Amino acid sequence: MSFLGNLFAKRQQSSSAVARDRLQILLAHERGAGESGDSELIQKLHKEIMAVIARHIAVDQDKVQIKVDRTSGCSMLEIDVEVPQELLKKSGGERQRA
Amino acid sequence: MAKVLVVTSGKGGVGKTTSTAALGAALAQSGQNVAVVDFDVGLRNLDLVMGAERRVVFDLINVVQGDARLSQALIRDKRCETLSILPASQTRDKDALTPEGVARVMDELREKFDWVLCDSPAGIERGAQLAMYHADQAVIVTNPEVSSVRDSDRIIGMLDSKTARAERGEHMEKHLLLTRYDPARAARKEMLSVEDVLEILSIPLLGIVPESEDVLKSSNVGAPVTLAAPDSMPARAYFEAARRLAGEKIDVSVPVEKRGIFDWLFNKKRVA
Repeated sequence: MSFLGNLFAKRQQSSSAVARDRLQILLAHERGAGESGDSELIQKLHKEIMAVIARHIAVDQDKVQIKVDRTSGCSMLEIDVEVPQELLKKSGGERQRA
Repeated sequence: MAKVLVVTSGKGGVGKTTSTAALGAALAQSGQNVAVVDFDVGLRNLDLVMGAERRVVFDLINVVQGDARLSQALIRDKRCETLSILPASQTRDKDALTPEGVARVMDELREKFDWVLCDSPAGIERGAQLAMYHADQAVIVTNPEVSSVRDSDRIIGMLDSKTARAERGEHMEKHLLLTRYDPARAARKEMLSVEDVLEILSIPLLGIVPESEDVLKSSNVGAPVTLAAPDSMPARAYFEAARRLAGEKIDVSVPVEKRGIFDWLFNKKRVA
């Protein structure tokens, strides 16, 4: 059994890889929060954009991906919202992506 | 003039006190004059880990407040004469540490020793900030575990903003000491690897201390692991780290799991 278990386990991401990815996302967020003024703006934008989207569709918070890319010149806020398939059909198949 | 080093982590229980004792002893064993200072007021333990708990008469707060001279409070290690301990107070609270008083004591320590190692309390509050304020360099003790890495990241941010060096616009040298590392679990990808932690924290690596029974055995008997079990894996890692602190350029040896056929048969793990 354990042999079979191992065989299947390999297909999954290892727990250390999950840990690394979670930390990288979290720390990218936290490092910004402490220092620069623009992060406050980004937080605000994030909140308000989410509020607008939530007005039209029920957003599952677990299916929202937020990425902030910081280069020396600018910061880029990327919000990826997964929209359930049924909703898309109802609204005539429009692409909804913020 | 001493180099002042803070041993810090943010998170508790990762091995700050063990590492302060082991690194301090390792530096002292190479003939340099070393003072280890316990900043964990109210929860002092460096004296206990180093086997000096029954020799404490005066402590850091007595010296800070001018009730005792520094020479009265310093305890010289019985096994290594170039190693001294300045214990924290067990009864007073950390508010008794004034920034001016700490500055005066640190200045005096700088004149007397080659190295001053400050054992920081856990957390990011006043006690931890006082411990790091006068440091020239920092050793960040981290376990390969998410909460420890996150807290280390926070502490790195504070070292770059809330220290005397940072206020003067000078660079604070930071070293990562990865402790309680289990090479077998890392190989099975059940534990963050050295590369993972280095990539996330992006500070230079001082050493990798493997998880080992010898660490607990040493603290049981009140001796730094470099004195109690100098040939053990953790002691060797600390000796190497101490040499690196002193400026030697040596490669960091990554502990790897060595399993012979007999270990495999009897399902035993050993670290080499």
